[in-house]
Amino acid sequence: METNKTYSVNENGYYGVYGGAYIPEILYNNVEELKNNYLNIMNDDSFKKEFDDLLKNYVGRPTPLYHAKNISEQFKATVFLKREDLNHTGAHKINNALGQILLAKRLGKKRIIAETGAGQHGVATATACALMGLECIVYMGEADIKRQAPNVSRMHMLGAKVIAVTSGSKTLKDATNEAIRDWINHAEHTHYIIGSVVGPHPYPDMVARFQSIISKEIKYQLNNTIGKEDPDYVIACVGGGSNAAGAFYHFMENESVQLIGVEAAGKGIDTGHSAATLTIGKPGIIHGSKTYLMQNEDGQITEPYSISAGLDYPGVGPIHSFLHDVKRAQYISITDDEAMQAVLNLTRKEGIIPALESAHALAALAKFNFRSTDTVVVNLSGRGDKDLNTYINFLNESNYAK
Amino acid sequence: MQNRIDQLFNSKTSNILSIFLTAGYPKLEDTMDIIKHLDSSGVDLIEIGMPYSDPIADGPVIQNSSQTALNNGMNVKVLFKQLKSLRSTTQLPVLLMGYLNCVVQYGIEAFYKKCSEVGIDGLILPDLPIDEFNNIHKPFAEQYNIHIVFLISPETTPVRIKQIDAASKGFIYLVSSNSTTGAGKGISEGLKNTFKILNALHLKNPILIGFGIKGKQEFEKACESANGAIIGTSFIEMLGTSTKFEKDIPAFISSIKQTALTS
Ligand SMILES: Cc1ncc(COP(=O)(O)O)c(C=O)c1O
Repeated sequence: METNKTYSVNENGYYGVYGGAYIPEILYNNVEELKNNYLNIMNDDSFKKEFDDLLKNYVGRPTPLYHAKNISEQFKATVFLKREDLNHTGAHKINNALGQILLAKRLGKKRIIAETGAGQHGVATATACALMGLECIVYMGEADIKRQAPNVSRMHMLGAKVIAVTSGSKTLKDATNEAIRDWINHAEHTHYIIGSVVGPHPYPDMVARFQSIISKEIKYQLNNTIGKEDPDYVIACVGGGSNAAGAFYHFMENESVQLIGVEAAGKGIDTGHSAATLTIGKPGIIHGSKTYLMQNEDGQITEPYSISAGLDYPGVGPIHSFLHDVKRAQYISITDDEAMQAVLNLTRKEGIIPALESAHALAALAKFNFRSTDTVVVNLSGRGDKDLNTYINFLNESNYAK
Repeated sequence: MQNRIDQLFNSKTSNILSIFLTAGYPKLEDTMDIIKHLDSSGVDLIEIGMPYSDPIADGPVIQNSSQTALNNGMNVKVLFKQLKSLRSTTQLPVLLMGYLNCVVQYGIEAFYKKCSEVGIDGLILPDLPIDEFNNIHKPFAEQYNIHIVFLISPETTPVRIKQIDAASKGFIYLVSSNSTTGAGKGISEGLKNTFKILNALHLKNPILIGFGIKGKQEFEKACESANGAIIGTSFIEMLGTSTKFEKDIPAFISSIKQTALTS
């Protein structure tokens, strides 16, 4: 796996001033073990072979890069959708879960824990554990268990234990807290599969590398279809930022590619009900990493809000804090309503029902004045099956369908 | 002035009892009252927890006390205001314990300065990395005479224990087992082994054991090997049900100390 220089993590685990490992001493050995081994393992031929084979034959990669003609016409640019929704289990999360499970196996870990918001990372981890025969415990906020019920049933079917988290706003942040506490209490044989580019170093870098397959494929697929590797824009939603990190990864060094990260504005940036960390947050420490987070003056983390469980998170991966500060990427935010409209738009225009998270990236298409010659890649991070209840309720309330 | 933590360990090296409370719990204005009663009950050292919204190293009891305290209106600024009367209330060594983000948002130098103004002697920040301490905090800690206490676990390697000993001042906080606070794994037989290693390292700092010390039994056991121990969760539980601090706090403390002192 090649590394880019300017925007990659340094040897101390920082992107500029962001990142690091702010963890209780009890986790020191685990994090150190991971830090000292992840690159060696990932670069090992037997690992690569096993991982590549799974990505191809189990996940179904490469995922298509689909030229969406109808929305291209609508937004007056050439729009491609990177179809991560067509992955096995329905989102990009499986790329990372499989990578980490192979790593955990090589480190001799017997017990796997994970946090999940939308349930996609939980399902991906439960799937990987079923495949490898490892014990799997998934922490999920009670509010998310309700709004992403189909994924909870899938995890149960896959043999995972789903533990409801009732602290805070009962969403992704709280599930992550509880997963970290579990790790502290079972440090010895447990590997924590973090689902995004968050957490202490080396997680952000490791997860970004596992997700970098997305931009690697986009490059050669673009080359095959339009004869050049680099698009004008890459757009991806940002919860913790893993699908965005993967979609940006191989384009970061080419400054002519505009990288757009889309956070959840919830009910609106100024309403106190949003999750747009990079717009309304400030640098601090969350879940073992120095990065932007939503907090009050006292440093207490404030409760985020988004209709989308996967974006409903008060932090963001340190790589995005860095790309934001150095202005290599631009971060905008999309409201619940805009995201819902984008869901319906893609469904009716292209016959693809996207996940609510991915709909935030799609909604961003309306925010730019593209040139007709622009090539725009939107990372369609996941499919909408898990969100059907939310969609049906919205349709019933809004009369949109009638 | 010599740091009060050093004064304590210069005059006493065994059976040291340290009590942890959450600032602003159970009621916002209880902080100083509890400290007053701890002082008169004969504890050796006091740790004041700064409540945090997302205390990842804490179990349910301290999580709940923190949330209650925050709901009561506690925050770092309010705490420093309450602590204005600290040194007219007690001469015991007092440490603040909390999560790094609160210190960062207050302003790192401002925080150390304020600590020294109100008479705080030390800080325990479990998520402060040693490198960050050395690069950023150390000059302030030295300037304002605030001791930073680092944690070790039974799994910490000797090489790292040496590094932590070098960075720590006052004492080292040994967590009894790999757990969050209040997990109740108790004091294991493995602790004797841990101390074999620790004693062979000839550390410059004394050692207090915390996490899982509930009452006199665990306290005594901890004191067989360490210089003393820290009680948090079970004290917080008592506070949560107490109707009369002036009666319940001395009763709680003497229930722990009696046997230890006579044994
Ligand atoms: C489909 C989908 N997209 C995006 C996300 C957000 O995560 P990240 O920002 O790490 O890609 C999630 C998280 O659950 C998801 O399920």
